[in-house]
Amino acid sequence: MIDRLTDRRTERGAPPARTLWRHLFGAALLAVILLAVTYKANSFRDFQIAEIAYYVVAVAGLTILIGLSGQISLGNGAFMAVGAYSAALLIIHLNWPVIAVLFAAAAVTALVGAVIGVAAARLRGPYLAGATLIFAVAVPSLAFKYVSLFGGDQGLSVNVTVPAGLGANFPLTRWQAWITCAAAVVTLFLLANLAHSRIGRNWRAIRDDEVAAALAGVNVARLRVLAFVVSAASAGLAGALLAITTGLVAPTGFTLALSIGLLTAAVVGGLGSLAGAVWGSLVLVFLPTYATDVATSHGLSSTAGANIPIVAYGVALIAVMLAFPHGIQGGLRQLAAFATGTRHRRADSPHPPVAGSPDGSTPASEHQEGGPV
Amino acid sequence: MSEFVSFTLGGISFGMVYAAIGLSLVLIWRATRILNFAQGAMAMLTTFIALGIIHATGSYWAGFAGALAAGLVLGALVERVVIRPVENKPPFNAVIVTIGLLVALEGLAGIIYGGQYRSFPAAMSINGLRVGSTHIALSPADLFVIGSVLVVALLLAIVFRYTPVGLRMRAAAFQPDIARLLGVRVGRVLTLGWALAGLIGALAGVLVSPSTFLYPNSMDSIFVLGFTAAVLGGLDSPLGTVLGGLVLGIVLNYVGGYLGSDLETLFGLLLLVAVLMIRPAGLFSTARTRQV
Repeated sequence: MIDRLTDRRTERGAPPARTLWRHLFGAALLAVILLAVTYKANSFRDFQIAEIAYYVVAVAGLTILIGLSGQISLGNGAFMAVGAYSAALLIIHLNWPVIAVLFAAAAVTALVGAVIGVAAARLRGPYLAGATLIFAVAVPSLAFKYVSLFGGDQGLSVNVTVPAGLGANFPLTRWQAWITCAAAVVTLFLLANLAHSRIGRNWRAIRDDEVAAALAGVNVARLRVLAFVVSAASAGLAGALLAITTGLVAPTGFTLALSIGLLTAAVVGGLGSLAGAVWGSLVLVFLPTYATDVATSHGLSSTAGANIPIVAYGVALIAVMLAFPHGIQGGLRQLAAFATGTRHRRADSPHPPVAGSPDGSTPASEHQEGGPV
Repeated sequence: MSEFVSFTLGGISFGMVYAAIGLSLVLIWRATRILNFAQGAMAMLTTFIALGIIHATGSYWAGFAGALAAGLVLGALVERVVIRPVENKPPFNAVIVTIGLLVALEGLAGIIYGGQYRSFPAAMSINGLRVGSTHIALSPADLFVIGSVLVVALLLAIVFRYTPVGLRMRAAAFQPDIARLLGVRVGRVLTLGWALAGLIGALAGVLVSPSTFLYPNSMDSIFVLGFTAAVLGGLDSPLGTVLGGLVLGIVLNYVGGYLGSDLETLFGLLLLVAVLMIRPAGLFSTARTRQV
């Protein structure tokens, strides 16, 4: 008991060094596990691991944006498109090394995110959701407008080769899984530290009460834009990883369904939780596969099979919002609390702006929209 | 010059469709402060139902009436089943629920009807009317689109302003608690509001589908532009929404005509952001938003 108390206190006080080491240890452990798994896995599993990893990057950025800063984005699929096309163009035309491509794609998307974020910082709730929705619908159409640059319907194909140092027989899928997993681990590490930093605390303050945060000296506008930039950079990096993993960047890969899929993953996993982003990404990759398998084994056509996961996303969004607003990670936390006999939430545990506390308190956006006019 | 005129005329009927979607959004927004992201998907589904009825009966008008009835039922059903539980929760929850509904309905339509593009008949001839010796870019079908949206907007205004039901709806939206104390069945009134919004959305779906084809995602871009129209009008004003839709339809038709149709949605986004930054209460807002 005493041990737990001290632990709780240090977490609440959050000495920076302690948190940093904890996150560093977690990241290293994750990296070792992933390394072992990719060696064991066959090339199909390696591809799936890479897929999960790039979704983790995108969903982690989105869950930070929604869960911590309290802004919603339905346009992160479009940010992924920006990152993916940037990466494809850099690889095809300039033949940059992979690591530089990843940084550049994240940087380009962060820039776009800053522009969108400046507009978004003034919008609230449904207005913001609507504006980002239009962004998600509008961006893929640019690929058709500038066919010579973006390849139109056909898209761009990207070729990545295994570095010679790894030997001639090293499978490409394992190399792709390494790149994406490394990026995912680094992203999770950085975002976890960011969430625990002063910036993360300020985001939470803005989310819970914008007016109070502003009165306490938090620069609300700048922090809201920053949250958008971070989320866009993550999505852009994820897009670049997608380009490297799948080898194809085409407008059909970045439909509204992708943006909504990312949102589903963040909500189902548990908003504001990075572990939740991992759960959500697992759902995002495995649910369509299994749903399609079940559908085709029951004699449904392949178009029906392809649509079943989409229905499942929708039903999951509604069901989670109505019944389990804290998602998978919230459920796991409750289970853990039940098992250890404590009912305390960790002081720094993200508290998503959903369903509100039992007293029905609402986030700050209510103040803006107010009651009926 | 004649090109300019035909772009203008062509934009009017599209603008009216955006206005219809916008009106259905405004109706729900005024009553519940919820933005129904599933409005376009609901309209898509009712248009598929209309197409089924047209194929079965051979009558366009049976399909037209069927779509409106389906919209009415679907709207009421959606409010009762999935919206009621989040009505008093933070706005974020309702956003997520309606987005979930959007995806679920589109996936459902994909399972039932498949993904291929289907053509949908127009109410009347789509050949341009003759003025003197030249055809202009305004067909009887366009006139039907413009006329029916205007009639619906007018009916809506009359219902809200001059009927007891309209008074109850306004009371329930303005002060739900006090309205309830005065005997208004607020829950029922909200359901009625969603049902009417479903009907108007269904009308928009039937009107626009002859020119866009019908497929599970066909209403996505129409929906976002309808939302833009509603925001241009301040999201609160039916008249503003009709004007907003008109302006949007014409401006986007210029963009599509002179710059290329792929840029229309993007331009809609630019317009939306610009308006929200310069006049957050909308271009044609009548009531001043209360600043808190």
